[in-house]
Amino acid sequence: MLDWTIYVSFLGALVSALWPGRRASGVRWIALGTALAMVALSLQGLRQVQSNGTRWLSLVDVPWIPELGIRYHLAADGLSAVLVALTAVAAVAGVLFSWNVRERVREFFALYLLLVGAMCGVFLSFDLFLFFVFYELAIVPKYFLIAIWGSTRREYGAMKLVLYSFVGSALVLVVLLAAYVWAGARSFGWADLVGAGYPRAFQLWAFPVMFVGFGILAGLWPWHTWAPTGHVAAPTAASMLLAGVVMKLGAYGCFRVAMPMFPEGLRPWGNRLLGFGSWPEVFAVLAIAGIVWAALVALVQRDFKFVIGYSSVSHMGFVILGLMTLTEPGWQGAVLQMVSHGLIAGLLFAVVGRMVYDRVHTRELAELENLGLARRLPFAAGTFVLAGAASAGMPGFSGFMAEVHVLLGTWQVWPLWAWITGVGVLLGAAYIWRAMQRAFWGESSPDGVQVAAPGHGEPISPAERWGAVLLLVGVIGLGLFPRVVTEVVGPILHGPVFGPLQRGGLW
Amino acid sequence: MSGLDYGALVRGAAAELVLLAAALAVLGIDRGALREAGLRVRWWVNGLVAALGCAAAAAALWLFRAEIDVGAVQGLWAVDALTRWVKWVLLGLTLLTVGLSVRATRTRQVGEYLALVLLAAVGMLVLAGAEDLLLVFVALELTSLTLYVLVGFEKERPAAVEAALKYFLFGSVAAAFTLYGMSLLYGLTGTIRLREMAVVLGAEPVGLTLWTALVMVLVGLGFKVAAAPFHLWAPDAYEAAPTPSAALVASGSKVAAFFVLAKLLMVGWPQGTGSAVPGQWVSGWAVVLAGLSVVSLLWGNLAALVQGNVRRLLAYSAVAHAGYAMLGVMANSRIGLASLLYYVATYACSAVGAFGVVSVVEAHRRGAARLEDFAGLSRHAPEVAICLMIYLLSLAGIPPLAGFFGKFYVFVAALESGRPLGVLWLVAAAILLSTVSLYYYLQVLKQAWVRAPEEVGSQRWHVPWEVRLTLWVTAGAVLVVGLFPSLVLRSLDKALTGSGF
Repeated sequence: MLDWTIYVSFLGALVSALWPGRRASGVRWIALGTALAMVALSLQGLRQVQSNGTRWLSLVDVPWIPELGIRYHLAADGLSAVLVALTAVAAVAGVLFSWNVRERVREFFALYLLLVGAMCGVFLSFDLFLFFVFYELAIVPKYFLIAIWGSTRREYGAMKLVLYSFVGSALVLVVLLAAYVWAGARSFGWADLVGAGYPRAFQLWAFPVMFVGFGILAGLWPWHTWAPTGHVAAPTAASMLLAGVVMKLGAYGCFRVAMPMFPEGLRPWGNRLLGFGSWPEVFAVLAIAGIVWAALVALVQRDFKFVIGYSSVSHMGFVILGLMTLTEPGWQGAVLQMVSHGLIAGLLFAVVGRMVYDRVHTRELAELENLGLARRLPFAAGTFVLAGAASAGMPGFSGFMAEVHVLLGTWQVWPLWAWITGVGVLLGAAYIWRAMQRAFWGESSPDGVQVAAPGHGEPISPAERWGAVLLLVGVIGLGLFPRVVTEVVGPILHGPVFGPLQRGGLW
Repeated sequence: MSGLDYGALVRGAAAELVLLAAALAVLGIDRGALREAGLRVRWWVNGLVAALGCAAAAAALWLFRAEIDVGAVQGLWAVDALTRWVKWVLLGLTLLTVGLSVRATRTRQVGEYLALVLLAAVGMLVLAGAEDLLLVFVALELTSLTLYVLVGFEKERPAAVEAALKYFLFGSVAAAFTLYGMSLLYGLTGTIRLREMAVVLGAEPVGLTLWTALVMVLVGLGFKVAAAPFHLWAPDAYEAAPTPSAALVASGSKVAAFFVLAKLLMVGWPQGTGSAVPGQWVSGWAVVLAGLSVVSLLWGNLAALVQGNVRRLLAYSAVAHAGYAMLGVMANSRIGLASLLYYVATYACSAVGAFGVVSVVEAHRRGAARLEDFAGLSRHAPEVAICLMIYLLSLAGIPPLAGFFGKFYVFVAALESGRPLGVLWLVAAAILLSTVSLYYYLQVLKQAWVRAPEEVGSQRWHVPWEVRLTLWVTAGAVLVVGLFPSLVLRSLDKALTGSGF
């Protein structure tokens, strides 16, 4: 049933697009219904997958373009099911937080659901041509969502984001084509391409190219700059989805495609170049650089939303780092971090973009300081405290579990680097606390004059409350019971494909 | 030519003859029966006759498909499944052009215009069928001469005249090159029949004369397909021509020219491919094509970035697309030819559609097609804006549209040919440059979808039904063929098998 998440959301997109213009507001309910149906389907699928063990669960497998051996093959294992569930939950929250979209509502939700459907498609594709089709299909709606409904420098942000994504996918396509032709088996099946056994020399260049291709979308430093600008420019629901799920597409591609296809790319080169001995070391260093760098940049931002934008980059660094440790705790942490960050980023962007910005029309921390928002929007403040705590890695929240796992994995392989990563975690607490302090509990201006907020702001609506509660339940639930994810994903990590990749003798 | 069976020849050229008759009929009706009628009536009646002519020609191809007796025309004129496939595509594109002509052409000389369109189509059909150097040349000239006139048809506009003159001058120089190259080929091989030439040339090492002949022929054909650096006429011609003429130049003439290019090289000199693999250069035509392809990709994509006029933008993008299609020819294999035909056919669909949209915009913006004139298109004419999005994203190569699979297929063909992965450098460059193209296509779509209309109160535009039909047919084709490429691939495969590839 998991494949129906794709069809349901595409259908929802179609209905939204064709909805009669006079009753445009009804489209929200269509979108909400679609997203809720996706949640139901994905939870049901999660259970199915869990009972299925290590083997993937084939959903559809029919020939699509037989001339080139391309199949329409959708399947699910624990990893994909977890991420589809995340997508569905993020989609519901996104709809709830865009309840106030008034302009071109039908197009908004049509594009939104198209993006959601394409992302589910990426997670469920086990034919890599199909995978790539969904991967690129997700690019276009992003552009229009940001450019039409966005804020600050939206056309620039949208174009930058789209071009970065497209360059990334171009790199992926180059390697995918080369691998397909090299394998010569006329098949794009994931299992076929993974098992093709490419020569070592080929793998040594193919792996980094493809990894960087996917990594661009996962916010890999130094190709991360599209993320803050794009996420800041995007409308709330789109930032939630972009930071929450789209960046995971990249990480998922790294893990699902790049790593198992080119296992030799993960092994030591045999010599040392600039102190590096293998590609995982290179990418781990880039990931750590991203964690620390983005945290430092977030620390000095004047725009509230940019703080969150850079925090996404910093957190995605943990995912890459976890993957590159090639250890089971590292991978568990990476997957946990994908889910956890999907929820936390959603919450943070919802507070900043919807609860605060839509009411006071400024995101400058210096201005927010004078508004005394904690008293005027206590719900927003409370939500941000919880989300911030989770983002900073407070025990009891999902972020803690994820980061601890990643640190454990790093400790096993590169003990020294784990310390630097630890500094990144501390910085993460610092920038969130600084932003929270200034945005919500700022001192009134020295001359004692309260600046009246423009528009005075309506109270927090029920839709926002429900959305926030939904995400918070996820964040806290995952923090207390990480088993929900680890047990579903665990079997795959030591399964036949990923098992042999672990601890490949980095030294 | 002793013992030429004229019956077989007529049957083999039935489609061309039908089209020729239609062209004469259009002229006759317009000058005779409709001499006094109003402009609208003349457009409608003649448009209908022209459309019927295209349909009848397609039917004639179908009727005489069982033509086995090719002995009489062997070596001169191909009557096989593949040629028929290409001719159907060409007729379809002509039909779409006629559909656009009815409203988008600002001229009083209805009969002449439509007759010229049909004559151009005859030229293209002959080009698709020719297997003889002289016939190729005659068909090239027939197509080119009609297209020169069609481009400059609005002769009261100086820009149109200038563009047509430029097109004509470049074209005649290119034709001279081609003819000289062909004469050299004749001198070297003693024959003008492609299939005999293949035997004579064999695996002969490429001498200076042969090399010169090859390059000269490729100059002429490079001009026809608007490959850089022989594309200089294209932006002006696309900009100043009446929309349907531009659509025909961009679609039909391109399909025919690419097909004949592939045939000349793959049939006339199959063993002269050479190798464009770095470090293992072997001189041959693949090397020349690789060079043309790289230059076209770079020049087309980069020049399109700075265009402020959508027609010019489409022209430069066409140059880039010629670069992609070259990769299919370079492969010199069955799959290469299949990918080339898929690519150019779907490209032509998008191009016709895009020019259809341009005609709609120009009709409401006092004849201008600058980027800003597209502002708010999604408000004025949502259907048209949706179609535009489909065409441009297909041209940019976004799945699941036909343009994506076209590129993908061409890349696979190029990578598989010769030494596997030998031309990976070229394919990688092509893929990375397609990211550049997304930027300029999005510039147009940004205007259409993001920007608000200039005037307050966005009223709906009236779009004539036959233009709408053309748009939906092409957009639907791009979408459906992109989603299910097998629909086309299967028929292509059958045609290729039937023609001995």
